[in-house]
Amino acid sequence: MCLAIPSQITHIEDQIATIDVAGVQRQASLLLLEDARIGDFVIVHAGFAIQKLDADAAQETLMLLRKAAEQAERDDEFD
Amino acid sequence: MKDQLSQFGEAFREPQLARSLVAQLKISARAPMRIMEVCGTHTMAIFRHGIRALLPPTVTLLSGPGCPVCVTDQNDIDGFIALAQREEVIVATFGDLMRVPGTYTSLQREKAEGADVRVVYSPMDAVQLAQDHPDRTVVSLGVGFETTTPTIAATILTAQQLKLPNFCVYAAHKTVPQALAALMAHPKVRIDGFLLPGHVSVIIGMQAYRPFFEAHAIPCAAAGFEPLDILQGLLMLARQIKAGRPALENAYPRAVTEAGNPKARTIMDQVFVACDARWRGLGEIPGSGLAIRPEFSQFDAARRFKIAVVDMPPPKGCACGEILTGIKTPPECPLFRTRCTPMDPVGPCMVSSEGTCAAYYRYSS
Ligand code: SF4
Repeated sequence: MCLAIPSQITHIEDQIATIDVAGVQRQASLLLLEDARIGDFVIVHAGFAIQKLDADAAQETLMLLRKAAEQAERDDEFD
Repeated sequence: MKDQLSQFGEAFREPQLARSLVAQLKISARAPMRIMEVCGTHTMAIFRHGIRALLPPTVTLLSGPGCPVCVTDQNDIDGFIALAQREEVIVATFGDLMRVPGTYTSLQREKAEGADVRVVYSPMDAVQLAQDHPDRTVVSLGVGFETTTPTIAATILTAQQLKLPNFCVYAAHKTVPQALAALMAHPKVRIDGFLLPGHVSVIIGMQAYRPFFEAHAIPCAAAGFEPLDILQGLLMLARQIKAGRPALENAYPRAVTEAGNPKARTIMDQVFVACDARWRGLGEIPGSGLAIRPEFSQFDAARRFKIAVVDMPPPKGCACGEILTGIKTPPECPLFRTRCTPMDPVGPCMVSSEGTCAAYYRYSS
């Protein structure tokens, strides 16, 4: 039931967003989300946008994962 | 736009980083550990991405009670069917519930025999159905955890605004933190850490687990559904377990915050109030359900209809109760693959796309 595919808001009218889900246009209600804007990436569940995705947090997670991977590799060399 | 999109999804599938996470996991998981993925969507994602095969043999993954259809009590399933049998009713439901066997029949069988049961993509579609059929009463089946409950609450508020007299909800919603506590209290359940559900956490936020965490001091990590999300969640848990230092960690910060989604939570609280609820496999758990508040009683199917169902036991021989608590895995159920298949399911865990038995059936031979 939970679709984890991030969708981008392309249009908003009356609390209804048009979203682009991997190239397919769908509609999602914005009743459960504060300040959604065009261009935002959102998680949609059962026809409702339930969260905006945080680009900075995504970048930071990826950066930490890369750092940890490099560190692990370096540790390996000394093993 | 493609690049932007990839930073939320595809980037979290990078094979090289996945390999590194697995290598780090091997170092931390030297001793055996039993980790429960609470959420049915995690169960599916773990199988789909082949994550079980990557894990060191010391890590045992247990599937938990996070498949909403699966944990719905037999009485509620029979209640849904009883409503569908009424002449004046249109039942609106997510597709997952259609084939769940009730004691005598299923929604699907009732539909084949003439009952008006409609599968909806969004609960909002049920409100539209009520507008389109003023001479009938639409009953929307409210099954799901904190991810779904706000969407149902929004439909009730919308129906109220539209002054729709022929719309109501059969509320069988459940809450995750209370179920975790019930699992900890269960004498047969042995769990060393919880992989917390991603999208329930999106709504309720990390703060909602704090009372549970403080009471039980068990390793917890919330995770998303891409391979790197899941592996990172597992690594956090393995490190906590190894160090003997339980924590409440968030491996999904691009979607999960401390406070969750305040607007969704407010709407949920406006319409629903905590109540005791019966779960398949776990029995009655105090405060683990959500009842429609008295102010909205006109939208409460339980108050509008006399739903008389007799207390019936779950299907004979079905081990769903033990599957949902991680006590057994599907191959340990004697009916698995023999009498129980997705084509002819005995229990709900074989029906739902998030059901553990269905996942095992599909992905292991
Ligand atoms: S295999 Fe079928 S009968 Fe056995 S526990 Fe799963 S759903 Fe129930």
